[in-house]
Amino acid sequence: MSSVAVKKGLGASVWEYLTTVDHKKIAHLYLGTGGFFFLLGGIEALFIRIQLMKPNNNFVNEQLFNEIMTMHGTTMIFLAAMPILFAFMNAVVPIQIGARDVAFPFLNALGFWLFFFGGMFLNLSWFLGGAPDAGWTSYASLSLRSEGHGIDFYTLGLQISGFGTLISGINFLATIINMRAPGMSFMRMPLFTWTTFIASALILLAFPPLTIGVFLLMFDRLFGSNFFDVTMGGNTIIWEHFFWIFGHPEVYILVLPAFGIFSEIIPTFSRKRLFGYSSMVFATVLIGFLGFMVWAHHMFTTGLGNVANAIFAIATMAIAVPTGIKIFNWLLTMWGGSIKITVPMLYALGFIPSFVIGGVTGVMQAVAPLDYQLHDTYFIVAHFHYVIIGGVVFGILAATHFYWPKMFGTKLSEKMGYVTFTLFFIGFHCTFFIQHFLGLMGMPRRVATFLPGQGLELGNLISSIGAMLMAVAVIILLFNVVITSIRNKKVGADPWEDGRTMEWAIASPPPFYNFKQTPLVRGLDTWWLEKMEGKKELTPAEPLGDIHMPNNSIIPFFISLGLFVAAFGAMYNPLNSVGDGKSWGLPVLIIGLGITFGSMLIRSLRDDFGYHIHKEDLLEDDKGGKVG
Amino acid sequence: MNAEERYTPLNWPDHPETQTLEGKNKFLGFWLFLAGETVLFASLFATYLALKDSVPDSSHPLAKDLFNLPLVFAMTMILLTSSITSVYAIYHMRNYHFKKMQAWFVITVLLGAGFLALEIYEFTHYVHEYHFTFGSSAFSSAYYTLVGTHGAHVTFGLCWIIALLVRNAKRGLNLYNAPKYYVASLYWHFIDVVWVFIFTVVYLIGKVG
Amino acid sequence: MGMKFGRLSFLFLLLTLVLAGCGEPFLSTLKPAGEVAETQLTLLFISTSIMVLVILVVVIIYLIVLFRFRRKKGEENKIPKQVEGSHKLEIIWTVIPILLLLSLSVPTIAATFKLGDVKDMDKVDKDGNREALVVNVRANLYWWEFEYPDLGIITSQDLVVPTDEKVYFNLKASDVKHSFWVPAAGGKMDTNTDNENKFYLVFDKEKADEAGNLFYGKCAELCGPSHAYMDFKVKAVSRDEFNQWATAMQKNKEEVQPTSDLAKQGQEVFQANNCIACHAVTANDARPETARTAPNLADFGNRTRVAGILEYNEENLKAWIQNPEKFKPGNQMYKEANLSEEELDALAEYLMGLKVQE
Repeated sequence: MSSVAVKKGLGASVWEYLTTVDHKKIAHLYLGTGGFFFLLGGIEALFIRIQLMKPNNNFVNEQLFNEIMTMHGTTMIFLAAMPILFAFMNAVVPIQIGARDVAFPFLNALGFWLFFFGGMFLNLSWFLGGAPDAGWTSYASLSLRSEGHGIDFYTLGLQISGFGTLISGINFLATIINMRAPGMSFMRMPLFTWTTFIASALILLAFPPLTIGVFLLMFDRLFGSNFFDVTMGGNTIIWEHFFWIFGHPEVYILVLPAFGIFSEIIPTFSRKRLFGYSSMVFATVLIGFLGFMVWAHHMFTTGLGNVANAIFAIATMAIAVPTGIKIFNWLLTMWGGSIKITVPMLYALGFIPSFVIGGVTGVMQAVAPLDYQLHDTYFIVAHFHYVIIGGVVFGILAATHFYWPKMFGTKLSEKMGYVTFTLFFIGFHCTFFIQHFLGLMGMPRRVATFLPGQGLELGNLISSIGAMLMAVAVIILLFNVVITSIRNKKVGADPWEDGRTMEWAIASPPPFYNFKQTPLVRGLDTWWLEKMEGKKELTPAEPLGDIHMPNNSIIPFFISLGLFVAAFGAMYNPLNSVGDGKSWGLPVLIIGLGITFGSMLIRSLRDDFGYHIHKEDLLEDDKGGKVG
Repeated sequence: MNAEERYTPLNWPDHPETQTLEGKNKFLGFWLFLAGETVLFASLFATYLALKDSVPDSSHPLAKDLFNLPLVFAMTMILLTSSITSVYAIYHMRNYHFKKMQAWFVITVLLGAGFLALEIYEFTHYVHEYHFTFGSSAFSSAYYTLVGTHGAHVTFGLCWIIALLVRNAKRGLNLYNAPKYYVASLYWHFIDVVWVFIFTVVYLIGKVG
Repeated sequence: MGMKFGRLSFLFLLLTLVLAGCGEPFLSTLKPAGEVAETQLTLLFISTSIMVLVILVVVIIYLIVLFRFRRKKGEENKIPKQVEGSHKLEIIWTVIPILLLLSLSVPTIAATFKLGDVKDMDKVDKDGNREALVVNVRANLYWWEFEYPDLGIITSQDLVVPTDEKVYFNLKASDVKHSFWVPAAGGKMDTNTDNENKFYLVFDKEKADEAGNLFYGKCAELCGPSHAYMDFKVKAVSRDEFNQWATAMQKNKEEVQPTSDLAKQGQEVFQANNCIACHAVTANDARPETARTAPNLADFGNRTRVAGILEYNEENLKAWIQNPEKFKPGNQMYKEANLSEEELDALAEYLMGLKVQE
């Protein structure tokens, strides 16, 4: 029954991961799969930079370039950044609030498997006639004309993985609202939990418009509807609105958790509580709220009119205020602290100036008339990479080092970490700083090549060299992971020594039930408080008793697999606009949906009460034995 | 805390759906899910309003040519009634009247099926009488997608309630299945609310506005 | 105060120098060629200055923190004071950014309405003729059509405009969304498939001279494999020269008949291969726009580029005609032709002779 066994064969381990509902194991799954997609997206990025290294280059042809560029964006946003952040949320948030698991362990697994199959489906396009080629924004007029099934892989893949994301969002919301330990009031929650909470709320409200957008696009391409076909009365601007009503909050879905990660790392390595905790919380909520009010700044040149442009310009500028509050609070957290430079802290230190640059160029683009020049140029490319790499990827890399001991019980090499950071940091600025100027000098984004004699050669070459440096940095990180895993030198509960929140109070990696006794939370920075009082353990809120745990299940895997199968059926259904419909299309669609709904039915017909770990076994476990 | 424990009307709690942690989670999670569904339908409504009467040429029917208000009014009444009957079902669940709860849920299902039958009739009518098919114009696509998505929700709700009834036919009420009945009825109410908006935005404004 | 202002203007100057060093006068937004781009560049300077100020403040605090508060040897067990926060500071760094943004929002709103003001587009004189020059821009997969509705003429790829006056544009696309952008002259505006967008640009005489009277225009919205090749050129000439050109175009009701034998041969090839079905060879193409599925070739002899991207010479023209897919993949002409060398020579001679004026 238990999920821990002493020695397991490979098959048993695979089965364990296929069926697990343990948030810590799901975190491993997210990290592994997200990391894989991150490498894939990185390779695509390298191809882009190689192609643009010199004018009129022919490393890849124009069509392939568009596919690579589209998949780079789509992969990095949907399949790499978000899932890796989910990995850390899963690994850390339940423990930070003193919970034994998430509110819906089953749905947690389902969310992962939907993401997994959605991502796989999307990437199978490379082998089945070509990847999507209309940009990650997939604007409707272009995506309707796109030949082959690339766009269909996009619409179907994103629907499947989007459901997964939505489910995960709901799960985290319910977990944070319902599963907090006694004493863990909202205003005692660690910032990473807070940002997860707000990001999940954004997911809940932002993903449905995307789902509807791709749903309509799928209908147009596969089932003969006319939402975006102008000749039939359709309207392509609807797509732009849906995409950006989702797309802008998505930026905050990514960056807020990264903010949360830095809000954990900076106090830890400054040995000082977060400066202005309540205003940090307030700023997070405000960013989340304003995030929904600004989508049309992506459409300043679409022609929405002066009034709309002016309003959205001002609303967009407003977001700079709470973001600024955060930056200054981080700085003041370090002020007067005792700063220890470690790899996670280095990333945090690299993040602040990088993100400020990305932030201020964002304000510049909020100036609508100026954006007429900047929009769809390399200036924008520079801006959002500064925000997403400088904010999100730095956050992910920082968290990888910071939480690795908690997730795997061993510490990544700090030495190699310094090398990775240095190369990555230099490479990043080298790649993207110059792109601001390329944009201002008249280089549109998403061009498969550029012509000589327009003053764009040098900037592009510098940019490409920077990308190589980043690639080397990532390779060293991979090497670091491998070496560390082979050495597997075990660390204790609080390997950074200055941990402040509850995850640092329990073993690394934590037992599958997290807390033997639910802890009593006596204030912000719970574990720090206890340590300062000389305690070695958290104060328990309950006597030792039996622990109720959920059962593993293979059903999430099958529900997701069903949709994966159904997506093939939908794509090759006889009505599709590509004209290669197969007679098996409809049956496969039905079979796939049958697997999904059948699995759901089995789930609801079979009672699943979970199981209990008995008090005696817990005591046994304490003495070094294993619960089995 | 055994969820399968047997109860009597006397020790049966007032709010059985939120007695256990699982129940509380289900209750909260489902409300959150409905928030997402609300945005989903809002997006479909926005699409519909943007594409209403947007047709390639004048040979295509518009909203005012199509809708048959008496039929839709009947559908509305049936669905609203089914919402009330599901309230009765939950009322009896809370009072530990298993048989009565079952009976009211069966009535709810029958009414829902009636609604669905009328909707299918309505769609086939439009297709045959007006050649108003899914792909005939942007307007038709938007109409069928909005109303059809609602219809799919009704269908799913019916299957869900039926599955619940069949699975638990012989087991009576306990704290394990009470939250399941509760969220199913919550879902059913949500579908009704969406229909009220469809009735107003699509049919009334379509015919009158 | 004076010193502060001095420092600020120094910063401004420095920025101007750094930024102005970049890019080519025919392409760069940093070398504005008219009122619109100048307004936008000013906004760039204002916003960059404010933002550099913000960055400086952050960097100063950041550096102080890094140097003063690093954990030193012997401090391994030091526990710093746990400060909760400071209302005063929170208010300061909330209010100051708000003030900075408010000061930025004023020119933003002003410029939004100024640049979006197209009221004068439909202003007419007492005879009922439109006063301003209006150009209908129609973007197509990888080529641009420019129609002058009041002059009754159509041209493609090379937009001709008079300097020192507002030129108004009606923008739309006939297949997928594109975006009309002449960086040196001003920001872009999308050409949608759904509606017409309107805006204006101005080209200064002096700046046009500096740029060799030729500005580069680009498609700024991903539109397919040849998005990067969807360039056009803007010939900005004096009003007099423009009038001459326009008159010549208006007179071009019938095709300019070729004079040499070779060109005549080329004309035959052109007609025999039914190129004429799509490509008009007169500037007064009366067909509806749905029938105008290829660039107008009336003034092809005066084009500055072949297919918008290749240097204008016979060799490139022939290569393009024979194998357009090689240069602009996904273009709507054809994948490749199978013309003989003689036919190509003749066609090139004929096409390069299509001129409405010398």
